[in-house]
Amino acid sequence: MNEDNYAISVRGLTKRFGSFTAVDHISFDVGRGEIFGFLGANGAGKTTAMRMLCGLSRPTAGAGTVAGCDINTQSEMIKRRIGYMSQKFSLYEGLTVTENLRLFATIYGMSDRAIREQSNRVFSLLDMDNMRDTLVKDIPVGWKQKLAFASATIHRPDIVFLDEPTGGVDPVTRRKFWELIYRVSSEGMTVFVTTHYLDEAEYCNRVSIMVDGRITALDTPEALKSEYHADTMDQVFRIVARQATRGE
Amino acid sequence: MTIFQSLIKKEALHIVRDRRTMIITLVMPLVLLLLFGFAISMERNDVRVAVVVDRHTPQTREIVARMQADDYFSFTGIVSEREAEDMLRRGETDAILFLRSEDGRLTAHIDADASNPVVGQASSAYIQNLVSGNAKVPVLTSTMYNPQLKSAYNFVPGIMGMIFILICAIMTSVSIVSEKETGTMDLLLVSPVKPGVIIFGKLVPYFLLSCVLLCVMLILAYTVLGLPVSYTIVSVVVVSMLYVVLSLAIGLLVSTIVSNQVSALIVSAVLFMLPVIMLSGMIFPIDNMPAFFRWVSCVIPARWYIEAMRKLMIQQLEFRYILQEFFILLGMTVLLLVLSIKKFNTKHSAYEF
Repeated sequence: MNEDNYAISVRGLTKRFGSFTAVDHISFDVGRGEIFGFLGANGAGKTTAMRMLCGLSRPTAGAGTVAGCDINTQSEMIKRRIGYMSQKFSLYEGLTVTENLRLFATIYGMSDRAIREQSNRVFSLLDMDNMRDTLVKDIPVGWKQKLAFASATIHRPDIVFLDEPTGGVDPVTRRKFWELIYRVSSEGMTVFVTTHYLDEAEYCNRVSIMVDGRITALDTPEALKSEYHADTMDQVFRIVARQATRGE
Repeated sequence: MTIFQSLIKKEALHIVRDRRTMIITLVMPLVLLLLFGFAISMERNDVRVAVVVDRHTPQTREIVARMQADDYFSFTGIVSEREAEDMLRRGETDAILFLRSEDGRLTAHIDADASNPVVGQASSAYIQNLVSGNAKVPVLTSTMYNPQLKSAYNFVPGIMGMIFILICAIMTSVSIVSEKETGTMDLLLVSPVKPGVIIFGKLVPYFLLSCVLLCVMLILAYTVLGLPVSYTIVSVVVVSMLYVVLSLAIGLLVSTIVSNQVSALIVSAVLFMLPVIMLSGMIFPIDNMPAFFRWVSCVIPARWYIEAMRKLMIQQLEFRYILQEFFILLGMTVLLLVLSIKKFNTKHSAYEF
């Protein structure tokens, strides 16, 4: 495969804060339309790595491309081509559901007409038609999560980054959320997702596990399970994470 | 809608929909102005005086008659010496005037209740004036700029100095920090929107809100409080706008330093509100402060703003008399703006948190 076929491709990506190396020479590729699980214990460097990929944090060393743009020099272009959903389902609580969607769509430069069409599509897809004018602070957390996802993908980005998108949500809602992820992935969007739920790792096409700032395992869930002679991803994670020396 | 407009709309909706904040923001300046203007009055209108006279003479009768005719006094009667002390103790009178005649010469002695020093001083001064009213050498005192010694609008500059710090510095810093806390700031920073646009989208709504408040306060000051209207109002508006921008810069600076709403509130309140109230000359005259605090007051923007406002609003001086204050404020504004934008940029657009 040549480089153009990768949504994300990084080599030797490193981030140091003073003498502390949060991310230590990680290299990996994510194919277009792939659902890529990015696992690791707290403090392993996941969030820092993700911030570098999103253009929120500049790498100390290393090179790579995200959505075809150079992470060191073209972070402004990267920002146009990605979507980002933060771990707190961040939305403007004082705005209505529609106002939130419109705001983020406008920020990503969509025209009024496109916004109207996409909002209608999103509302029927998420079954949120009757909540359009409800303030976000008044809707249940499961709906907030769906809305945050819709806000992150309304501009049809090449890649969507999901930072622990299912934290604090019940299993049924989590399951439904993964259906959404599958849907956008089948439409060709690349999904880069971090999670704490190891059962969710099974839903990913490929999974990487970070330990102490390094990627120590990277493969399909099936291959990882057979490599570590484990029945579930949970067991795989325990075996791999045991190598960690860094505290939380 | 452009990105900038939609950011401003978002902020405006948040401000308007937060009823409590909205009410406080709009009502507080009015209440403060009226409260300081009318209720908390440093002038003393109704000084109650009892008079003790040991021998009635035409002279003492004249003094008592003059006192009865004067609006400032309410004459509580001619009483015996023992009665007078009781009345003072029970708070039924504010002062006692003893008029004693010795060898045909009248001496006056004033006992004033100084449990409130301001009242005590004022009332004894009034009585002295009254008693010596028939002195041979009259002392001419003219009170300039505020001939009726009205304090109703004396507090307007101080309150404006306080309100703008409150609205601009505190509200702005809290709202920026709350976006950091909820994570929506991340969503904006990860989007293609430039950090500068994000900042101005935050500052402009509060600037507009301050302009509305400025209008409200000026209308109130020039009508209800009876501040004389003149063309200096143009300078008042110009200097106030400058001060608003300065306060916004302070708010932005605070928001880049602290990481949660509570500390934003505390930092703004302790670092800005208290000095404004205590050290800006709003209540306590700067000249009466110890040298150290006089120096400290020089770095407090409100001090210069309030001084300029006093000159413009109360003394009705022209703009050229406040050049010093104006340029000090301008310098502070530029410095703070540069500092806060630089700080915001190194934190956010240079991809660092």
